[in-house]
Amino acid sequence: MDLSTTYLGLKLRNPLVVSSSSLCDSVDKLKALEEAGAGAVVLKSLFEEQIILEGEQMDATTSTAESFPEATSYFADIPMEIGPQQYVALVSKAKKALGIPVIASLNCVTAKNWAKYARQIESAGADALELNVYFLPTDPSRTSAQIEGTYLQIVEQVRKTVDIPVAVKLSPFFTAIPHMVSEISKRGVNGVVLFNRFYQPNLDLEEMKASSQLHLSRPEDCLLPMRWIALMYGRVKIDFAATTGIHDGKSALKVLMAGANVAQVCSVLFKHKAQHLSVMLRDMEAWLKEKEYASLSDIRGVLSQKTCPDPEAFERAQYIKIIVGHD
Amino acid sequence: MSSVDSAVKDRRPTLVTIDGNTAVAHVAHACSEVIAIYPITPSSVMGEISDEKSARGEKNIYGTIPFVCEMQSEGGASGAVHGSLQAGALTTTFTCSQGLLLMIPNMFKIAGELTSAVFHVSARAVATHALSIFGDHSDVMATRTTGWAHLVSGSIQEVMDMSMIAHTATLETRLPFLHYFDGFRSSHEVQKIEELSFDDMRYMLNEDLIAAHRARALSPDHPVMRGSAQNPDVFWQGRETCNPYYIACPDKVQKTMDKFAKLTGRQYHLFDYVGAPDAERVVIMMGSGAECAHEAVEALVAKGEKVGLVKVRLYRPFSVQDCVNAFPATVKAIAVLDRTKEPGGAADPLYCDVQTAIAELFADGKTPFKAMPRVVGGRYGMGSKEFSPAQVRAVLDNLKKPQPRNHFVVGIVEDVTHSSLEYDDSWSTEQDDVVRGIFYGLGSDGTVGANKNSIKIIGEETDGYAQGYFVYDSKKAGSMTVSHLRFGPRPIRSTYLITRANFVGCHQFFFLEKFDMLKQAVDGATFLLNSQYGPDEVWDKMPKLVQQRILEKKLKFYCIDAYKVAKATGMGGRINSIMQTCFFAISGILPREEAIAKIKVAIKKTYGSKGDAIVEKNWKSVDQTLENLHEVKVPGKISSLIEMPPAVSDKAPKFVKEVTGVMVAGLGDSLPVSKFPVDGTYPLSTARWEKRNIALEIPYWDKDICIQCGKCAMVCPHAAIRTKVFPPDALKDPPKTFQYMDFKDRELAGMKYSIQVFAEDCTGCEACVFICPAKDKKNPSRKSLNMGDQISVRMQERENAEYFLKLPDVDRDKVKQDTVKGSQLLVPLFEFSGACAGCGETPYYKLLTQLFGDRALISNATGCSSIYTGNLPTTPLCTNNEGRGPSWSNSLFEDNAEFGFGFRLAVDKFDEQARELVARVPVATSHPQLVEAILGAKQVGEPEIFAQRARVAELKKVLASATDLESKRLLTLADYLVKKSVWIVGGDGWAYDIGYGGLDHVLAAGRNVNLLVLDTEVYSNTGGQMSKSTPLGAVAKFAAGGKPIKKKDMGLIAMSYGYVYVATVAMGANDLQTVKAFIEAEAYDGPSIILAYSTCIAHGIDMKSGMDNQKRAVECGHWPLYRYNPALAAEGKNPLKLDSKAPKISYEAYAYQETRFKMLTKSKPEQAAKFLQQASENALAKWKYLEQLAGMSYELPAAPKTE
Repeated sequence: MDLSTTYLGLKLRNPLVVSSSSLCDSVDKLKALEEAGAGAVVLKSLFEEQIILEGEQMDATTSTAESFPEATSYFADIPMEIGPQQYVALVSKAKKALGIPVIASLNCVTAKNWAKYARQIESAGADALELNVYFLPTDPSRTSAQIEGTYLQIVEQVRKTVDIPVAVKLSPFFTAIPHMVSEISKRGVNGVVLFNRFYQPNLDLEEMKASSQLHLSRPEDCLLPMRWIALMYGRVKIDFAATTGIHDGKSALKVLMAGANVAQVCSVLFKHKAQHLSVMLRDMEAWLKEKEYASLSDIRGVLSQKTCPDPEAFERAQYIKIIVGHD
Repeated sequence: MSSVDSAVKDRRPTLVTIDGNTAVAHVAHACSEVIAIYPITPSSVMGEISDEKSARGEKNIYGTIPFVCEMQSEGGASGAVHGSLQAGALTTTFTCSQGLLLMIPNMFKIAGELTSAVFHVSARAVATHALSIFGDHSDVMATRTTGWAHLVSGSIQEVMDMSMIAHTATLETRLPFLHYFDGFRSSHEVQKIEELSFDDMRYMLNEDLIAAHRARALSPDHPVMRGSAQNPDVFWQGRETCNPYYIACPDKVQKTMDKFAKLTGRQYHLFDYVGAPDAERVVIMMGSGAECAHEAVEALVAKGEKVGLVKVRLYRPFSVQDCVNAFPATVKAIAVLDRTKEPGGAADPLYCDVQTAIAELFADGKTPFKAMPRVVGGRYGMGSKEFSPAQVRAVLDNLKKPQPRNHFVVGIVEDVTHSSLEYDDSWSTEQDDVVRGIFYGLGSDGTVGANKNSIKIIGEETDGYAQGYFVYDSKKAGSMTVSHLRFGPRPIRSTYLITRANFVGCHQFFFLEKFDMLKQAVDGATFLLNSQYGPDEVWDKMPKLVQQRILEKKLKFYCIDAYKVAKATGMGGRINSIMQTCFFAISGILPREEAIAKIKVAIKKTYGSKGDAIVEKNWKSVDQTLENLHEVKVPGKISSLIEMPPAVSDKAPKFVKEVTGVMVAGLGDSLPVSKFPVDGTYPLSTARWEKRNIALEIPYWDKDICIQCGKCAMVCPHAAIRTKVFPPDALKDPPKTFQYMDFKDRELAGMKYSIQVFAEDCTGCEACVFICPAKDKKNPSRKSLNMGDQISVRMQERENAEYFLKLPDVDRDKVKQDTVKGSQLLVPLFEFSGACAGCGETPYYKLLTQLFGDRALISNATGCSSIYTGNLPTTPLCTNNEGRGPSWSNSLFEDNAEFGFGFRLAVDKFDEQARELVARVPVATSHPQLVEAILGAKQVGEPEIFAQRARVAELKKVLASATDLESKRLLTLADYLVKKSVWIVGGDGWAYDIGYGGLDHVLAAGRNVNLLVLDTEVYSNTGGQMSKSTPLGAVAKFAAGGKPIKKKDMGLIAMSYGYVYVATVAMGANDLQTVKAFIEAEAYDGPSIILAYSTCIAHGIDMKSGMDNQKRAVECGHWPLYRYNPALAAEGKNPLKLDSKAPKISYEAYAYQETRFKMLTKSKPEQAAKFLQQASENALAKWKYLEQLAGMSYELPAAPKTE
């Protein structure tokens, strides 16, 4: 069975792409993912904010000496690299070690470093770049248009800087997602990844403070990206990667049938390790065979809003029906 | 042209700006194959640099990376060196002081076996009446009889040069070489010097001799035996076989020096002379003091005086002929200056050698002198006492006298036996074309680092010469640094502090009220002040004395609000780059634009490894500096009424006012000998008189939110926040702002409760605020303790603290001592120490004194704890209202367990003797009930000890009037009938490494001693070197590549005895368990050891939240909590009780919150990942093992039947 697909102009042996996460932070792990069947991998994001914080922490904790004669320092003077160097090296090593496409992921907080780091990543050999853009709109005086404008500026800047394919990972918190995706598409971006999962802070009633905890996605979470991809497929000229809640072969098939080029998986691999990819692929293949599809490309978008027998199901009316039904 | 000649001809030396330790390490690492090391101030840096070089993969001149291996002590290091030498490797080590003394046995062996070796020593005082980390020659002089050659350096260039000469000459002569230079003055002074290249070193070293050294090695391929035992028939003859080597040595060293001169142009001799060719008065000495003397002699000769100086380069073997030949024939009087003291000797050593040389050769007619010169000797510069040209002049002037004073001291007022020479300190040899700057900064504000960069900029980017020397504080928190910088057109020989500055930088406004820093300014000098007040208002805010100095000396005055610039540019409290920029802008040493460009390059070099963001914000601060720098128009008159406050209060005891207070004021140099105790014994309770006022913010107590848990007092490293319970009727006229509330306790119902912050002693670490669990229900971001401005409440809190102390202390037997809350109602007998802000050790120390201080003897290993406890000027140990308190001493680093064990032996003997006497002395036995009660008292717990104390008091009353010998003897011993608590305290460097043999023996010996290991997992005091306690994967000094092996499990080792009480504690994870462990350990009638996890600045954490780091260490399984109480085993129960739960967070979640682990991920990420994985598995395995141990049945199986 031919499971191959095309994403961001890259030929993938299958549509299962491992999402950007700590699953993809070392060559050993990446090789294991490749062996388990991954179609491509998105490396753990390079977070500029983390680089800055690490630098601040190193500086704060190693620069407090020079005060006592017996200890004018407390740390060995060793060469350190706090910056994109290690990440760039990971890209380079991953490219050498893997046969599948290696997609880098970038999250910056300063305008100049989006372009600077993107260029370094491209030079290291990344096949594509996923921009993990995220600003939490906490300032009540900033309008949605201003925030969207910031996204688009970054996208434009990176697009002008690098020649490799670029995807943008978006959050679901846009007023007009299709418009946003359309604007991104106009700027020459090759794909969008829908949607970014954010850690939501919790409240600790004992300690009376906010707390953060990693929550893995649940299978039903894939409905959200599936809906928006189904709505936009064929309407916005751009590749789609669905991510969040894709835990088995059938959910992967669903997002592909909604119109996605690839299905990104993550949480389920934390639960069941890399080998789960092969299980998903096997299930997908079995379903395709059972339904007598010749190849995976045959199913892409067949259940998008354009060709779905029940197109209004993706729109608001369907919501009303459910409510009414429950009455 | 031969390759040797071309090495000389093509030589292009590099100029570097480095300190002495770096100069040594450059040569030693390059010329050695094996380096065995152990930390000791001020030598540690040589080992650190060597380790870092090898960790970075730097090769030596033979193209291989030297092995650098830390040992468990200097004794161990010298043993490893000896072994490595015997096995043929070119081997070296670095040490000084007590460390060198530990090497002496091996030094005899190495010399006796005629083995080529070099030890590099930053010469330091040996501990006698007190420990001193500073420089003199008492350590190296103690090795005079070992048979080692002594080669001495006086300047930083000489340190590098003599290092090379030592490594060369040892091969040429087969004698081992001790190369030394003065601790701190030379080890830490930064100078611009010429660096030797690897080609230079290859030129110097003779490969054939290296091969010969190897050929002598022990090898099964050409086996020999060494180290035989010999009988009276032959031992002596064998000992004399080395004579030809010693006779030949001086000449070979001179030849080596000549070869070196051919290479570098720097000609040294065994004894170098400077001064008038026809000098009549000559001083002879060695080390850095000779540089100062050189400068003084040149100045005197320029004035026409017939004086000179002989510098000793090769002190052993002492070439009498070369020594005598060094003096001009015209010399009439010679002063020999020693930097060591041999009490009881005929004289100090160099004097004896010189006197012998001259007398011996004069008698043989082998001197150029017409008449026998008069030779006198004197001591100078002990323990890094300042040695100035004025003192040299006094020494030379003394020689003018018909009867010059002999056996004098110079540099102190010795008013007991009246041996000191007077000198005129106003005489100076400083030259006008030398820029002389003094910079007063805080350790935390980066002043020293910036000044080091300034020296490098000027040293390496201009043709000028630069010198930097840095004076640090005796306190670790809020400490002041004073940087002394000279820049000039000639090499700088001024090995003394600047007292005539033409630039004074004060980087902290509050220093103005503490130190008369402008006293050091010359007329017309420039004064730069970091001031929160602008140029128009700063004048009126300064103390009167400062205004007076500015006017008197017509100083140019500049100010900048550096903290404002730092805040605006994200630099926080770091004002170093800002003040550095001001210095360059004002001093004009370099054109402004050029200076700024070079500062930026230096910033990139310094901070580049921490990322672009750090570099950029530093650059930004530089860019915003000049617009904020203002020249102050000095008004013509004094306007201030602010007087400099006295260093200590008038209420202080006489000794504190007359001695301690003078030291606190920074004027200790002026104290005469007669003011000091003769045997190093000092009173307690002196820290409370030194009101340092170093915290900008202190905790404010909101009693309405307080839940009276006592955690704030428990974690306070400085006893600067305390709790107290007192009866309501004790409240008489409290100050208006004194806060108190009802005590929430059933048993002490009706009592009042107060928390008091000692604002003037608080370091502002915030540990109490961080730990405070009581939150405002309506605004949980607010706690019962919140930080607030110190200065605005300073006076009221001073009054409140005094009132708080006067309130009665609660009866010790009425509080639940085994609780956190209860233990914190006990008076701490350890207060306001010099420990770091947020120190993780001192809360345990304080708890010890709260629980047992009134009957404790404490033996303290050398290290952080001995320094924050024992470093003058003030002592944090104190007494309670009855005058009782911990009696404390520090012997050495290596013998602490044995030292404390000795306390126990004496105390037990006295107890036994007193019991014997009580039972038989008639005066006592006539009170049978009292005697019975005394002898029968078990003294378990505080009430029983109180009761025994009362009985003993009664007994002493009875004995007071007795006249028989045994009654009198009993009176001197009676107090020992009250149980004493012996504590042996130290860090992991002591417990796991250097003192482990003794510690193990003391635990095994079974006596009732309590060991408290303040485990920071590194040698904290010397700057964070690896110990066997350092965790796997942590980066430490001497483990620059991350520690590759796991931490030694001291707890399990101690448990293996079965009769040792063992506890691991971590206050931040479980404070109640900590209290219980201390009480159980002390109550256990046998040896006990508490391993206390202590967060440290060397972990690379925010010390404010150190308790959270402790918690994580426990939660990940790195530091499981347990108590192993052998008393339970005696009851058939499992003695091991686990007090923490199975690991619940990842090892990463613990480790990567700390720079010591995290930095390896930025240096060697793959290695770091492997270490993390191993450490994680180790933690889980350890937990599993402990869990199984704790679950074991302790019921004994039936004994086999006897056949």
